[in-house]
Amino acid sequence: MTDRQRETRMYLVGFGLALTLTLVPFALVHWGLMQGRTLAITIAVLAVAQIAVHLRFFLHIDLSRQKREDLQLILFTVLLLAIMAFGTLWIMGNLATRM
Amino acid sequence: MSGGNLHPGLNLGDHHGKAHSGAEAVVFGFWIFLMSDVVIFGLVFASYLTAANPMGMAGGTGPAEAFDLGSVFAQTVILLASSLTFGFATLALRHEDGRRAIARWLAVSLFLGLGFLTLEMRDFAHMIEVGAVPQRSGYWSAFWGLVPLHGLHLAAGCLWIVVMLAQMATLGLVPAVKTRLLRLGLFWHCLDLIWVAVFSIVYLGGLMP
Amino acid sequence: MTDPIFGRLDLSSFAFVRAFDNPTVSELIGAGAAMAVVLGGLAVLVILTWFRLWAPLLRVWLTSVDHKRIGIMYCVLALVMLTRGVIEGVLMRTQQAFGLHGGFLTPDHFSELFSTHGTIMIFFVAMPFIAGVINYVLPLQIGARDMAFPVMNQISLGLTATGAALVMLSLVVGEFSTGGWANYPPYTGADFQPGPGPDYWIWSIVLAGIGTTLSGINFAVTIYKGRAPGMSFLRMPIFCWTVICASIIMIFALPPLTVAALMLAADRYLDFHFFTNDLGGNMMNYVNLFWLFGHPEVYLLIIPCYGMFSEIVPTFSGKRIYGYMSMVYATMAIAVLSFCVWLHHFFTMGQSANVNAAFGIASMAIAIPTGVKIYNWVATIFRGRIRMTVPMIYVVGFFYLFTVGGLTGVMLANPVISYQVHNTLFLVAHFHNVIIPGVLFGLLAAYHYWFPKAFGFRLHEGWGRRAALLWIAGFSFTFLPLYWLGLQGMPRRSVTFSDPSFQPFMWLAFFGAALILSALTCICIQLWVSIRQRDRLAAPLGDPWNGRSLEWSIPSPPPAYNFAVIPQVTQRDEFTDAKATGRAYAEPEAYEDIEMPNNTAIGLIVCVCATALGLALVFWIWWLAALSFCAMVAALIGRTFHTETTHIIPAAEIAADHRAWLARVGVAGAVNRLDETHERNAGLAIPERPARAEPAE
Ligand code: HEM
Ligand SMILES: [Cu+2]
Repeated sequence: MTDRQRETRMYLVGFGLALTLTLVPFALVHWGLMQGRTLAITIAVLAVAQIAVHLRFFLHIDLSRQKREDLQLILFTVLLLAIMAFGTLWIMGNLATRM
Repeated sequence: MSGGNLHPGLNLGDHHGKAHSGAEAVVFGFWIFLMSDVVIFGLVFASYLTAANPMGMAGGTGPAEAFDLGSVFAQTVILLASSLTFGFATLALRHEDGRRAIARWLAVSLFLGLGFLTLEMRDFAHMIEVGAVPQRSGYWSAFWGLVPLHGLHLAAGCLWIVVMLAQMATLGLVPAVKTRLLRLGLFWHCLDLIWVAVFSIVYLGGLMP
Repeated sequence: MTDPIFGRLDLSSFAFVRAFDNPTVSELIGAGAAMAVVLGGLAVLVILTWFRLWAPLLRVWLTSVDHKRIGIMYCVLALVMLTRGVIEGVLMRTQQAFGLHGGFLTPDHFSELFSTHGTIMIFFVAMPFIAGVINYVLPLQIGARDMAFPVMNQISLGLTATGAALVMLSLVVGEFSTGGWANYPPYTGADFQPGPGPDYWIWSIVLAGIGTTLSGINFAVTIYKGRAPGMSFLRMPIFCWTVICASIIMIFALPPLTVAALMLAADRYLDFHFFTNDLGGNMMNYVNLFWLFGHPEVYLLIIPCYGMFSEIVPTFSGKRIYGYMSMVYATMAIAVLSFCVWLHHFFTMGQSANVNAAFGIASMAIAIPTGVKIYNWVATIFRGRIRMTVPMIYVVGFFYLFTVGGLTGVMLANPVISYQVHNTLFLVAHFHNVIIPGVLFGLLAAYHYWFPKAFGFRLHEGWGRRAALLWIAGFSFTFLPLYWLGLQGMPRRSVTFSDPSFQPFMWLAFFGAALILSALTCICIQLWVSIRQRDRLAAPLGDPWNGRSLEWSIPSPPPAYNFAVIPQVTQRDEFTDAKATGRAYAEPEAYEDIEMPNNTAIGLIVCVCATALGLALVFWIWWLAALSFCAMVAALIGRTFHTETTHIIPAAEIAADHRAWLARVGVAGAVNRLDETHERNAGLAIPERPARAEPAE
């Protein structure tokens, strides 16, 4: 297989995976196949999986040595974002329960 | 992909010479910008979640009356397809298929992007009709601060495609144009990535049974 | 209804008209300030025209993309704004000195003063000053020819200048917010402040903030991709490490501010309900978002200053920095921890004790890496070849005073204590106590230290010493009494007070403010005297302080391309080693052509458009807003169609310049450290090993 074919296939695989990961949660909500907490967690997991698919297949981020800088940057962003976003939810949620 | 990757996203490859090596710093810088933008979105999401409760809705219209799952699904698929076609544009650039081929895939992506925006506008119009306006409640303020923010980014991306089409026509595929196309690709894919969070949290979360 | 052409701008917007209609002391002071802005602006225009300086100003400065010139312009902007900020601080101290049951300012005017003072000092003094020093020094220290993105650098400067211009304009037209530098809603919402005040705050902050984010990207990419060969991360001077941390904060901590300010704008302009009292708004989220930015921001200010101290202390002690690795780890730890403590600014908002405890502990933890740094500096000085030059006087003031400020910070990190002294002058004393001895002293020390590099002559020592000592004394008299007043319960931001026992402390603080004002005057005199005596103070050969890093290995001022040949770095403190082993001042084997970016007016255009946009938004002049925004976007897009963006400096020219400098070095007399401040010091140092051998790493 040439480089070109391999790369094209990579995009197609990514597209297929992402489409599946989209179809499932929409179906779950549309037909009410799950409820409440389970559904919320399922949607969250599928979304994270799909984001990983986008990063891997469309943005070509991988664990190879050469691109460590980018990976570090992403992980660092995720760390800070987690601190900020979960901190916000924690603080504002705590305040809401005490109103 | 073979070795010689210098930056995130699809690389031009060594056969592009100076355009490839010159892309390293520029694309890395753009990647940092995208991460900063991701933080902006993250905080707007967090604010949305703090308002997504009865207190934030203040007795107004809820998401169930305002959202249209079918339309959101269509938007999602269209945007995903545009990511794919943009990927093909980048491949055409990397493998030197020529301006024509690149422009064709860019045009398809642009068309899909505009289609997405049209559907989104229709949804917004419906929301305004049923009273889901930002002036109504903290919840709708948070919604209108978040989803149109993504829409605005996408509109900027469309404008950027138009500019790139013009630059390919006038300047040709000079190194600067090539690295801009690479960055535009990252931008486009990132917006799709953020849309995953939008439909999961806002739309599916709002319509959960 | 608003006018279609002038929006809500009318005659009564002008400070002069207000003072004419209602000539109270407060309004007259306001009109006086407006007059100062207008006359100052006119004076600049007249001088430029009279001396025919327009063309050189445009050609050499405003269109330059040279990081050195951009850095200098940042510093000039910061010094101008510092003057206004200090005058406002002194005015507030004067009001409070007379403030027992009264004073001469109205409450609104006082509120406007602390709001502009705080906003200016943070965003338009400390930030541009730091950006300026980083811009100037960073590429020189890592052996680069320029920033990674020189044109974007110019745009950042333009946007910062826009923010500063808007704050200055608010003196003349309309008025500034009265909501403090943090501008908390709902008080700054449309219900309580319908006027243009908070809008000035929003747009100056947002526009300047975009510039800052872009600067952060620029610094980070410059360090990641622009280092000279051999300059591995662990060979970089500590200052460069602190710049990495500062840029992390610029990139990731500015977004919350932008988000909070734009949401507030949506509330004010479009009747959204993010932070309103009614309909599900949640003003506590503003506080949360603001401090998500605010706390990292104060570390963005202090961390580069730690870096400046880390350059100054080894140089003037003649020793390498003690504990390089621990410095690096401490800096990184502070940068990351600074994102984990924001809640300590609102312990009293009502969240549960557990939340407060978590953030209190995290806040106290920052003291640990900070302590490591202080010990490292002290250990660097220990048994060094110490020269008490002006920067070192600031360093000593920093050691003592900053430690006090840091300790009161640890006190405030305890929620129980915070409940007692929250919103009192104790807090005002604390943050000035870290910001003035930490940030401002660091910057003033850096100004002294790198000035000869930038201009080829040293600053006058005598006036510098006077200024430094006055700053230290002035700070102590002004702010240490405020700790006591705060403990006695005097709230911050009060225009008057009613307890006569506060009076003596207010007078002490007033005396201190007078000392600070004279310190600032000394700095102005020093600049004047130094320029007049520039021939006697000249140090064009480039190394007046026996420096250790690469910026001292080139002439002062450096050529546009910085290094005739990009240096090959072999270790930390490269230049010290090069001097000791005779590698310094060597003729390179070959010179090559150098490609440098062309000048451009894009930064200037962005600045003008963004200022018009800001004013238009503040006064609801919608046509102008649309026009200036479109013009800005069109200019930026138009710029990308340019392809001729660089020019070549031929190798022959570089060789000639470099050889001429080497020849001057060859015949110049080198000075030892006793003559550092003497006329003889032309910038060539006798390489001097410290008496005892430096410990191996
Ligand atoms: C140089 C002499 C200075 C003097 C005399 C001075 C004086 C003052 C005074 C009187 C206040 C109002 C206190 C109150 O709330 O009652 C104040 C507030 C403040 N100052 Fe300074 N200051 C000085 C320098 C600085 C510097 C260098 C910075 C920062 C870089 C700074 C940042 C602030 C901030 C952020 C506030 C709070 C504004 C607010 O309440 O929203 N000050 N200062
Ligand atoms: Cu803090």
